[in-house]
Amino acid sequence: MYEATEIRWHGRGGQGTVTAAKLFAQSAMVGGKYVQAFPEFGPERTGAPVKAYNRISGKRLTIHCGVTNPGIVVVVDPTLVGTTDFTEGTDEKAVFLVNTKDDPAAVRKKINLKGGKIYTIDATRISLEIIGKPIPNTAMLGALAKVSGIVDIKRVLDDVKEDFEKKFPEKITQKNLEAVKRAYEEVKGE
Amino acid sequence: MGKLVALTGNIAVATAMRQINPDVCAAYPITPSTQVMEQFSEYVADGLVDTELIATESEHSAMSACIGAAAAGGRVMTATSSQGLALMWEMLYIAAGMRFPITLACVNRALSAPINIHGDHSDSMGARDSGWIQIYAENAQEAYDNQIQTVRIAEHMDVRLPVMSCMDGFITSHAIDSLELLDDKTVRDFAGEYKATHPLLDVEHPVTYGALDLQDYFMEHKRAQAEAMKNSRKVILDVAREYKKLSGRGFEYFEEYYMDDAEIAIVILSSAAGTVKVVVDAMRAKGEKVGLLRPRVFRPFPYNELSDALSNVKAVAIMDRADSHGAEGGPLFMEFKSALYNNKKQPIMINKIFGLGGRDLMLPDIETVYRELRDIKNTGKIRTVSEYITVRGEEAAYGKA
Repeated sequence: MYEATEIRWHGRGGQGTVTAAKLFAQSAMVGGKYVQAFPEFGPERTGAPVKAYNRISGKRLTIHCGVTNPGIVVVVDPTLVGTTDFTEGTDEKAVFLVNTKDDPAAVRKKINLKGGKIYTIDATRISLEIIGKPIPNTAMLGALAKVSGIVDIKRVLDDVKEDFEKKFPEKITQKNLEAVKRAYEEVKGE
Repeated sequence: MGKLVALTGNIAVATAMRQINPDVCAAYPITPSTQVMEQFSEYVADGLVDTELIATESEHSAMSACIGAAAAGGRVMTATSSQGLALMWEMLYIAAGMRFPITLACVNRALSAPINIHGDHSDSMGARDSGWIQIYAENAQEAYDNQIQTVRIAEHMDVRLPVMSCMDGFITSHAIDSLELLDDKTVRDFAGEYKATHPLLDVEHPVTYGALDLQDYFMEHKRAQAEAMKNSRKVILDVAREYKKLSGRGFEYFEEYYMDDAEIAIVILSSAAGTVKVVVDAMRAKGEKVGLLRPRVFRPFPYNELSDALSNVKAVAIMDRADSHGAEGGPLFMEFKSALYNNKKQPIMINKIFGLGGRDLMLPDIETVYRELRDIKNTGKIRTVSEYITVRGEEAAYGKA
């Protein structure tokens, strides 16, 4: 009924999931797309499951209801695999990007998924190694840039830099940029 | 055309406020409008505006401080939502009665109880008789555009009334959307300089505000206020047209979407109208003559223009995101029924109460309303005049299309 790539992000409070959705929208917009980014607001608690959404389109978006049938699902927290049904509302063409140590085949087996396409990235390890904290959002952005093909990795790097420079010291910005690049290179498909 | 930016509705409104650079902002934070003043207070702290920011201890005090500052002669702005607007209640009437052109960004949210932080129109609809002009935005772009226009409407010498610029809580206020901004100078020039009449700070010409006004003159003052609200009709149009020349954007009293030959139509405010457009597009592609009418200005209510817009429609659903318990339908429905009463040509009208406390209105729900309207058009029979939809226990199969 309308043309848009719809993305649903699953994370836990404190992991920067909402920020990642915002940054992804920002990068897509700089690339000439119309964008939306909105979280699902509820009780905001660190560690509680949170969802955020994107719509990215070549046309102006007027729709304002929630995303129910996402084309891309991003799972930012590994412990959500098997504990939440992140496949809800997806069809056989859906793309899943999961932060996990496992490879795509293992995830497919674990959640018993028939169709779709699964990509995996160990974003938590990357963030721990580079940033020193388990905040995988920036790494997931890099992986999503690769998997979605909607935005150019250079734009993602520029936008992360611009956003982080406002809030954090130079060193933290650089580490996050490195995490974006590493995940972009390491993401695995089926 | 300006450059596209990705901002939330709240930040878009705060940006408009920065560009206008008001003299005084007095506010108290409340979800979902908090971000407006949070962002604006950063502009104050960074020296980007000359505004005196007053952090008050309640919304009642916030509006009181706005009134005081306006009486002193300042251009004054604030923002609030829900319980905050409710707590301002008595001061809203005083701002309007004293004819202060205060502008307020109202980020629509449900009223307690039960407690709920999400968007519906109960707050501003409750304030519809307070004497404030009310304008509703569909998206972040329009929230920005409306905010800029509010000062021109409020401060016009034929009006001098406060203006409430509304957008949907969370759906518009907290979602990042693509929009175009005007440059700072363009906005500043459009807003122009505010000239206060009879400011308290003009000590050479002392005046009294808030004097006792009994049987002798109260009614004349109220009549003058009612005339000012009538005058605002023309001013709202003029300002909208001037803004459109400047920006290439915007609507006047309302937006018509495929209304020219529409046989059935939905009337709905704010963000939900955008979602209805998607359904209209899909149904039009199948050759169905469906349309959408989205009022932008609710106070003053443009009776003649809105009833004309519906005069050729066979059946219409007025959809309210607020209820008036005990009345037959929501506030928007009552206005339309009253507007159309004297028209020779009238559509059959039904009312749907939807989206209370932020309950989502999905595409199949809207399709269901259009299907019901099609049946009404064909049979002339109404199942029920007003009902809640997308709610547990409803009769129609909403959301199961």
